[in-house]
Amino acid sequence: MTPLLSAPLVRLAEEAVPVVHPTNAGGVFDLLWVVIALPALGAVVLLLGGRRTDRWGHLLGCATVGVSFLLSMVLFFSLVLRDEADRSIGQHLWTWFTAGNYTVQLDLLLDPLSALFLLLITGVGGLIHVYSVGYMAHDDRRRRFFGYLNLFVAAMLTLVLASDYVGVFLGWEGVGLASYLLIGFWQQKTSAAVAAKKAFVVNRVGDIGMALGVGLMFATFGTTSFAGISAVSGEASEAAVTGIGFLLLLAACGKSAQFPLQSWLLDAMEGPTPVSALIHAATMVTAGVYLITRSNFLFDYAPNAQTGVVVVGVITLLMGAVIGCAKDDIKKALAGSTMSQIGYMILAAGLGPAGYAFAILHLLAHGAFKANLFLGAGSVMHGMDDDVNMRHYGALQKAMPVTFLTFAMGYLAIIGFPGFSGFWSKDKIIEAAFAQNGLAGTCALVGAAITGFYMTRLMLLTFFTDKRWEKDVHPHESPKVMTVPLIVLAALSVLGGLLLLDDWIVDWLAPVVGEPGPENLPVPAIFVSLLVVVVVAIGVAAAWFLVGKREVPREAPTTVSVFTRAARADLYGDAFNEEFLMRPGDRFVNGLVGFDEYGVDGAAEGTAAGFAGIAGSLRRLQNGYVRSYALSLLGGAALVVLALLVVNI
Amino acid sequence: MSATPFIILSTLLFSIGAVGVLVRRNAIVVFMCVELMLNASNLALITFARVNGNLDGQIAAFFVMVVAAAEVVVGLAIIMTIFRTRRSASVDDASLLKY
Repeated sequence: MTPLLSAPLVRLAEEAVPVVHPTNAGGVFDLLWVVIALPALGAVVLLLGGRRTDRWGHLLGCATVGVSFLLSMVLFFSLVLRDEADRSIGQHLWTWFTAGNYTVQLDLLLDPLSALFLLLITGVGGLIHVYSVGYMAHDDRRRRFFGYLNLFVAAMLTLVLASDYVGVFLGWEGVGLASYLLIGFWQQKTSAAVAAKKAFVVNRVGDIGMALGVGLMFATFGTTSFAGISAVSGEASEAAVTGIGFLLLLAACGKSAQFPLQSWLLDAMEGPTPVSALIHAATMVTAGVYLITRSNFLFDYAPNAQTGVVVVGVITLLMGAVIGCAKDDIKKALAGSTMSQIGYMILAAGLGPAGYAFAILHLLAHGAFKANLFLGAGSVMHGMDDDVNMRHYGALQKAMPVTFLTFAMGYLAIIGFPGFSGFWSKDKIIEAAFAQNGLAGTCALVGAAITGFYMTRLMLLTFFTDKRWEKDVHPHESPKVMTVPLIVLAALSVLGGLLLLDDWIVDWLAPVVGEPGPENLPVPAIFVSLLVVVVVAIGVAAAWFLVGKREVPREAPTTVSVFTRAARADLYGDAFNEEFLMRPGDRFVNGLVGFDEYGVDGAAEGTAAGFAGIAGSLRRLQNGYVRSYALSLLGGAALVVLALLVVNI
Repeated sequence: MSATPFIILSTLLFSIGAVGVLVRRNAIVVFMCVELMLNASNLALITFARVNGNLDGQIAAFFVMVVAAAEVVVGLAIIMTIFRTRRSASVDDASLLKY
């Protein structure tokens, strides 16, 4: 570790790290469990109900999440009205299991952090449900699709509401399962089935980190509940807390598609587009950011683990951005941008209390604008006969005015156009990064410029430049059921910055993640903001001159620089995995198989064959001639007599 | 009276019987040689009974005679059956029961 990275990140633990102490509030808060139960019930009904639920299945799917959203709103505002010190509400459901002194309660925890997630998951998730009604209208298995969506939402809600790491793990696995089912929803396509399997396997690697982390927590603290651990986390040895931190980071890398477990995310685009939106915006990839933010009472005592988090975030935000630049598939370009944006959040979460609130702010803003962008991309694909190649788009702003306008809002938000939600959140993260570490801040700044480049490229290729449509494609605007969610999400993309008004979100989250210390930026914050705007403008201008001003070939050029080739191949992430993980694993397994075949089996079969050979030669003694039997009888008798004589003498 | 000549005679008879069983092919002759061995052992048993002055050996000889009589009945019946089916009384021909 270079001193450059480690030194400024060491945060003194004497600053107050918040302790989770949920109270039972009663009233409307007793309905907390209903928020999870409704989508779970929807999933059960739709998946077990079979064909008889086909006709109204999608409506039920939307209704459960919609009611959950309304309830979340009520819970959120009830929480806002409460005293600041009193905003941690627990609800005891039942005791899950007991083993010796160790008890896992199935408790729910509603605090400022999980309340925001409730709104994001049920709100954006609900809009994606509504959109799917139109998007999946021609799919025979739409009812099943809504069952899976509900399952996804229920699992994610469990993840953010559980007040015990074992409970989080339950939701964590549920999210993994639902993502597998949804990515592979079009299972008749081999690529979709393979992508689903890949996502599942890569997530397993992260889940090992989660499982081991929970085990290490139990070994260190004797408990796995937030309340129990946060009360004593400062007393544990730093080595143990650092170990837990790195294991949780591994878990977060798996779910949030961070380096080095990022490879599943781009393949996950094989799923239907609403699934991509759900995975990238409201659920799944946000789980890792949630986990790290929620575990602030551990990470705050493990500066080395925090450094790891920052490093992972920085690497991923650059990787994702670079990959996004070279993709011609509109969804894959957006997937690269998700990697990159989640990298920003992870980076912010690694900065400690100075960054947690901005990680969550960016997560919420990203939830809105990325859902907007993905659903917009889905709308474009819908009009272009499911063609995803941006080189076949062009000049769509006339054909799809609503999609274009909403997409533009999402675009301005993600590149950080002043005033839009992404501007506020990303700017804050870059400021916080600069305040703690110049290198991380610079990388985040470069990432912002690349974001400006690839998003402008995507925008130009899709909505501007010349028509490059396939022959019998007639782009048309999508139905209302798809455009209305787009409009709502576009509005959220524009207005997301309001959360930062008067530092509201920082104060709101302070009881959970701690007060940020005084910012020690070497330069005025406005200077950083200006710098961000300038580099983004450079990125946008670069895209304008490289893409917008030139003729766009319908076929991707093959004579390209080595960097483009690397980015097209996902920076060789898959090749690396294949060469250094899969192949050696293959060889190892083949070696074991060989050892089993020739070593173990060889020994067993060789022994048997040896005995069979001996028996075969001994068998020859049974030749059927009475006299040879008589001879052996006589010989035997003679031997017995001789033996007797020897013994008696 | 010394027991030695009787034992030598018994040994001789037994050896003749044993060699006969081993070298002859005719089932009847082999069978007779078996009888010869049994009777050789009877002679030895009775000799020892005289030497020891008790009846143990004589009783054993009786048992051997009874068993030999039973054996003759069964054995001759088998030889007859084999001869009828195979037209031969050679023990080497009846060698089907093997590996």
